[in-house]
Amino acid sequence: METLYLIFIDPFVQMAIEPAFLAEVLIGGLMSGVMYSLVALGFVLIFKASGIFNFAQGVFVLFAALNFVGLMDLGVHPILAFIITLGIMTALAFAVDRLVLRPLVNQNPIILFMATIGIAFFLEGFGESIWGGDVRPVRVGIPDTALFWETGFGEILVLSSDLFAGVIAAFLVTVLALFFHFTPVGRALRAVADDHQAALSVGIPLNNIWVIVWAVAGFVALVAGIMWGAKLGVQFALSTIALKALPVLILGGFTSIPGAIIGGLIVGAGEKLFENYWGLPLLGGATEEWFAYIVAMIFLFFRPQGLFGEKIIERV
Amino acid sequence: MNEAVRNELEVNNVEVIYDHVILVLKGVSLHVPKGGIVALLGANGAGKTTTLKAVSNLLRAERGEVTKGAILYRGERVDALTPTDLVRKGVIQVMEGRHCFEHLTVEENLLTGAYTRTARRAEIHDDLDAVYGYFPALKSRRRSLAGYISGGEQQMCAIGRALMSKPQTILLDEPSMGLAPQLVEQIFEIVKRINEEENVSILLAEQNTNMALKYAHYGYILENGRIVMDGDAAVLRENEDVKEFYLGISSTGRKSYRDIKFYRRRKRWV
Repeated sequence: METLYLIFIDPFVQMAIEPAFLAEVLIGGLMSGVMYSLVALGFVLIFKASGIFNFAQGVFVLFAALNFVGLMDLGVHPILAFIITLGIMTALAFAVDRLVLRPLVNQNPIILFMATIGIAFFLEGFGESIWGGDVRPVRVGIPDTALFWETGFGEILVLSSDLFAGVIAAFLVTVLALFFHFTPVGRALRAVADDHQAALSVGIPLNNIWVIVWAVAGFVALVAGIMWGAKLGVQFALSTIALKALPVLILGGFTSIPGAIIGGLIVGAGEKLFENYWGLPLLGGATEEWFAYIVAMIFLFFRPQGLFGEKIIERV
Repeated sequence: MNEAVRNELEVNNVEVIYDHVILVLKGVSLHVPKGGIVALLGANGAGKTTTLKAVSNLLRAERGEVTKGAILYRGERVDALTPTDLVRKGVIQVMEGRHCFEHLTVEENLLTGAYTRTARRAEIHDDLDAVYGYFPALKSRRRSLAGYISGGEQQMCAIGRALMSKPQTILLDEPSMGLAPQLVEQIFEIVKRINEEENVSILLAEQNTNMALKYAHYGYILENGRIVMDGDAAVLRENEDVKEFYLGISSTGRKSYRDIKFYRRRKRWV
C-alpha cells in the first residue's frame, strides 16, 4: 500500500505542491535533452542517406571537441578554431568515404556497422595521441550564470548556458530543415535516402552525397561537442554519453530529424523527472543512467519504428 | 552518312556477368538510330533490363559487370562512365517498377531529374511546365507525396523526372508493368509524342510485345541473353513465330500443346 502510494500518488502531490521545482527539473531535463538531440541528429543524417548506422557518431562529437579545444589552447581564436575543425571534419568525411565506404559498397549493413565501430576506436585513440587524455574546459565565452526567473508560483533557476544550448540547437535544426527542403542538394539527399537505385538512375552521384552527409554529420558533431564540452569539459566520457542518443533514436525513429529532436527532449525531461520524483524516494537515485534504455525497450515492444519513424507508405 | 554517327547508341557483342559467376548476357548487339524508337522484347529473365542497365551503367551498383564487348554513344565508348556522366551526356534510364522517391512530392521528384544540370532556375521552371504539358495529371498532384499517387501517375512521374534531365536518349524499362491496358496505351502515346516533338531516341524494353511493336520502329527479340531475331516493327508483327510465341495469335486457331513447334532459335553473336 505504502509503495503504491509512493509510486502513483505521492509524486504528483509533490509536483502540485512545488510547481517551481517541477518547472526547474523539467527545464533542466529539456536542456540536457537538447544535447542528446544534437548527437542523435548526426546519427539520423547518416542513417537516412546511406542506411549505415554510424557507431562512431559519439566519437565524432568527442573528436571534433578535442580538435576545437586543442586548437584554442594553442591560442587560436574560437571562430578560426571552429572553421579549422570544420575543415578537419570534412576531411574526415572524405577519408571515411574513400577508405572505408567505397571499398565496402554493396556489402551487408552489419559489415558497414562493424566498420564504423572500427572508425570509432581508431578516432578515439588517434584523438588521444594527438591531444592527450586530459579533461579540458571549453572557454568560448558562453555565459554560465544562474538566472532567476520570477513566476507566479515561485522563483525558477535557469542556467544561461542551458538556454544558450537550447537556442543553438533550435537554430541548427531550422537550418538543417531549410537545407533539406529548399536546396537541390538537400532534395538529392532525401532522394538518396528514399531510393539509392533511382537516385543513381537520375544521375545523382551517390559518393558525393555520402561525403556531404558525413561532413554535415561532422558539423553537427562539432556543435554538439562544443555544447557538451562547455557543460562538462572535453573528456573521453563524451563518447559514452553520446551513446544516450541510441534510446533517443529508438524513441524518435531512426529516420526522422524531428524525431531525433523530440526524442531527445522526451528522454532528457523524462529521466530528470523520474530521477527526482520516483528514483530518489523509491530507489535511492542513479536511475538517470538506465531510465532511457528501459523506455527505449518498452518502445521497441509497442512501436518499433519510433514516434516519427519513416511512414511506411503502403498503397492499397 | 557514317554508320557510327547515324546510330545514336550502339551495343556491340556485350557480355554481362553478375557476381563474377552468373552469365546473363551472352553477346548482345543492337543499334538505336537518332530519333528512333527501338523495342527490346522478350520474356522474364531474357536480359532486357540487364541490357538497359549495361548501357546506363547502373549494373555496377548491382555487382554486375560488362566483361566483353563495347557500348558506344555517338561513336564514343561509354562503358567506363558513371551513371552521372551518362545522364550529363544525355542518356537516362527510367527504371522498371517506376522507382519514384516516395517521400518526396511529385514536383520534388521531377526536380531531382534536373540535378545534373547547371541551368538557371527560370529555365528549369519552364521545363517543369513542359513536363506538366505532357502529363497534365501530374500537375494536379504536384504537391502530393509520390508514394501516394496511383501507379499510372507514378509511371508518368518517373518518365517526367527523366525528361527533366533534357535527355537525348531514354532507356525505358517496362513502362506497362502493372498498369491497365487503357493507361498503357495512354502512356505509350505520350512517349511517342516525346519522341517526335523532342527528337529523343528511345530504347524500350517491354514484355507487352503487341503494344511495343505498335509504337516502335524497330525491334529486337531477346532470349536467354541472346538476340534471336530482329527487324522492322511492321515485319516482326507479321512474323509467324513472333505471332505465335509473343502475340498469342496462330494462323490455324487453337492448337494442341503436342503440335506446338519448338522455337527455331537462331544463335547470333554479331
